[in-house]
Amino acid sequence: MKQELTRRNFLRVSAITGGGMMLSLSFLNNTANAETVADTAFAPNIYIKIGTDGSILILAPNPEIGQGVKTSLPMIVAEELCVDWKKVQVELAPLQAGFGRQTAGGSGSVRGRFTDLRKAGATAREMLVAAAAQTWNVPVAECVAEDGMVLHKSSGKKLAYGYLAAKAATLEVPKNPTLKESKDFKYIGTRVKDVDAHKIVTGQPLYGIDTRKEGMLYAMVARPPAYGKTLVSVDDTAALKVNGVKQVVKLKNSVAVLATSTWAAKKGREVLVIQWEAKEKLENSTEHFAMFKEMIDKGTNPSRNDGDWEAAKKQASKTIEAVFELPTLSHGQMEPLNFYADVREDKVELFGPTQVPDSVRKQVAEQLKIAEDKISISTPRQGGGFGRKLMTDNGVEAALISAAAKCPVQVQWTREDDMQNDFYRPAEMYRYKAALSADKLLAWHQSGVGIGRGIRGDSYVAGAIENYKAEGQALKSNTPTGFWRAPGANTLAFVAESFMDEVCTELKVDPVAYRLQLFEQAKQKPVGKLDYNPDKYKSVVELVAKMSNWGTKTPGVFRGFATWFSFNTYVAQVVDIKLEKGKPKIVKVYCAVNCGRVINLSGAENQIQGAVVDGICHAMFPKVTFVNGAVVEKNFYSYNMLKIKDAPLDVAVQFVPSEEAPTGLGEPALPPIAAALSSAIFAATGKRIRKMPFVEQMT
Amino acid sequence: MPKYTLFVNGQSMTVEADADTPLLWVLRDNLNLVGTKFGCGVAQCGACTVHMNDVAMRSCSLPVSAVGQNKIVTIEALSAKGDHPLQKAWEELDVAQCGYCQAGQIMAAAALLKKIPNPTDKDIDDNISNICRCGTQVRIRKAIHVAAKKQVK
Repeated sequence: MKQELTRRNFLRVSAITGGGMMLSLSFLNNTANAETVADTAFAPNIYIKIGTDGSILILAPNPEIGQGVKTSLPMIVAEELCVDWKKVQVELAPLQAGFGRQTAGGSGSVRGRFTDLRKAGATAREMLVAAAAQTWNVPVAECVAEDGMVLHKSSGKKLAYGYLAAKAATLEVPKNPTLKESKDFKYIGTRVKDVDAHKIVTGQPLYGIDTRKEGMLYAMVARPPAYGKTLVSVDDTAALKVNGVKQVVKLKNSVAVLATSTWAAKKGREVLVIQWEAKEKLENSTEHFAMFKEMIDKGTNPSRNDGDWEAAKKQASKTIEAVFELPTLSHGQMEPLNFYADVREDKVELFGPTQVPDSVRKQVAEQLKIAEDKISISTPRQGGGFGRKLMTDNGVEAALISAAAKCPVQVQWTREDDMQNDFYRPAEMYRYKAALSADKLLAWHQSGVGIGRGIRGDSYVAGAIENYKAEGQALKSNTPTGFWRAPGANTLAFVAESFMDEVCTELKVDPVAYRLQLFEQAKQKPVGKLDYNPDKYKSVVELVAKMSNWGTKTPGVFRGFATWFSFNTYVAQVVDIKLEKGKPKIVKVYCAVNCGRVINLSGAENQIQGAVVDGICHAMFPKVTFVNGAVVEKNFYSYNMLKIKDAPLDVAVQFVPSEEAPTGLGEPALPPIAAALSSAIFAATGKRIRKMPFVEQMT
Repeated sequence: MPKYTLFVNGQSMTVEADADTPLLWVLRDNLNLVGTKFGCGVAQCGACTVHMNDVAMRSCSLPVSAVGQNKIVTIEALSAKGDHPLQKAWEELDVAQCGYCQAGQIMAAAALLKKIPNPTDKDIDDNISNICRCGTQVRIRKAIHVAAKKQVK
């Protein structure tokens, strides 16, 4: 088939047929695809394009990092648009004004966009219905939209959206379209497969690492081998002699080798002769933990102080204490970082994995002194994020290399690069104290310290008891820290809920019943500010108790329970383990979730199951150790990750039925699982595990 | 640079590459078969799993000079139409989250099914050691069982 492909035609055809073409489109043309398509089809807003042939394209505005928004966000539009989901094409949107917050982070994509996306779909639907009513010369009220058609109810006449598109485009855009009633939802709340499922299982190019562009060179970068070290000099003589190496580019504190293949770039990098100099202290993890202990012993001003801890302690019949240690963690997303950049005099094209394309563009504009509107950026499907790509270093670095080398470049990181150049989940230490009477928790004192940032002072016990004191401190360090799936909560839930289990053991109370009692107290007589909804907490605790038949005993099976609230979502979990040769084998996890309305039941359940397994993995196996500023665990042979043999055979998930707006889902199921697991291990062995990774505590 | 003639996905293909180049990068950079993924480069994560004579092989640690005339199959040619029982089961159960490791997971599972057509949970535990940070292992296990049943039919 030969056909003259004018630029205008190409844009339209590619947008309508989809299938990965949208990405190339953003390379051809900075940002204008929506407008260009709109003049030949119906595009009532930035999310939707309907072709005269009836093809429907819905743009997913937020980066897809495995949280499922490339499926769930367009589902919301399709629901209100009343189209057949099977016929909808979906593409990831480029960064473009009008899409709002194009970030993947804070479990915020669905909860931030639910209403706006419904309105976007409903607007288009109302215009198509109005176009049909005008065509037939009948009242709008007699017409309904269904599966990409408008139906005139009494006559049975039907017109397809494609036929109506041109006319609809001439009509006024309704300001307040009527949204569907939830009882009429066809897709929301059902199981819908990931839109890329087939491409994923057949190995089609989807990811940043798969980028191949005309004239592109592959680059690898030598970065400082330890935090605190700085580049002094480089001798690239040997590197330039390596087969395939084309250029060596020196940046401020790193050296890039550009070659015709990834392997040649890597070999070139290996023979660079670089002098690094220690300009700052080279830090050690052992010193971090020694400092933590000193800081906790010294204490600080409390961030929250309800009642009187000291007075309550005097009344207590018993005081218990526990110290918890959490190691530094790497992100370990499966796709090592990479980024494509083509920096020209008058325009810049960027393409690669990032959770914050707007920040990458802003920083590239600043560093290259190029106006933001000369920079186009889009994101491919990404091989995991987990917070690593909330940092912009990989994108900015690629742009700087392309600018210096004056050619398009694909910068590829190795796993070792990812391990040594991360923004880590900070190491932390917590000390807990509880003052108890014979049958009551009188007072709670939490003191935490971590690298880089302060520790949150509140958890749900606050508000439920009269005396609550929390202290948080931050240790300054040149080892970088950042966001890691459920930041703050991922450690706080472990320490607070593990200690709550210790309290329950001391009080000889059932851990589920006691939590319910605390939430009732918080509801009836809240102390100070209440950051959570006690009824929602109770809803998940009661549901998981029911799911797991809590209170019944199976010989040889030991259980642990924990509950946590984050990103406005409530989660409660029960873990069942067995002991095999003295080691815990997780049999099953029960998980109850209250996250408002569920959009995609399959995706939502997958996020919960995944977060549970991810939480088990990082409780059990990996840690990052700094020795003289360098990471000891350089790759997966020592940075240990969970394998299928370590995963639960089943993770049963139930959602509390809710008509409320959706809340976060990508993160909230991770925080409580480590505490539930450590409590199950205590039930099985009588040993409290207060330090991660658990495997090191169980030998 | 030396030349190698490889037998990949049923075809003879000649590539020019240094002898120590891992098969992974030959597949990705020379042959543009990018379905096989880079994850660690040290045969730990399994994202680069291909079949060599029907056996799962971590292509990141296999130099091109060692491949010889062994029969290599990548995810792109696991089935002609993307309908291998495992591919169908993976889609049916909506296994993937980010999806990056899944080609390697499927290739590892396909080699297992060739060896043990109806694997037990223990067979799966003993034979699949690929890493998935998204935590899709629960669905992966179910999909392998579903695929095994599809094969029998």
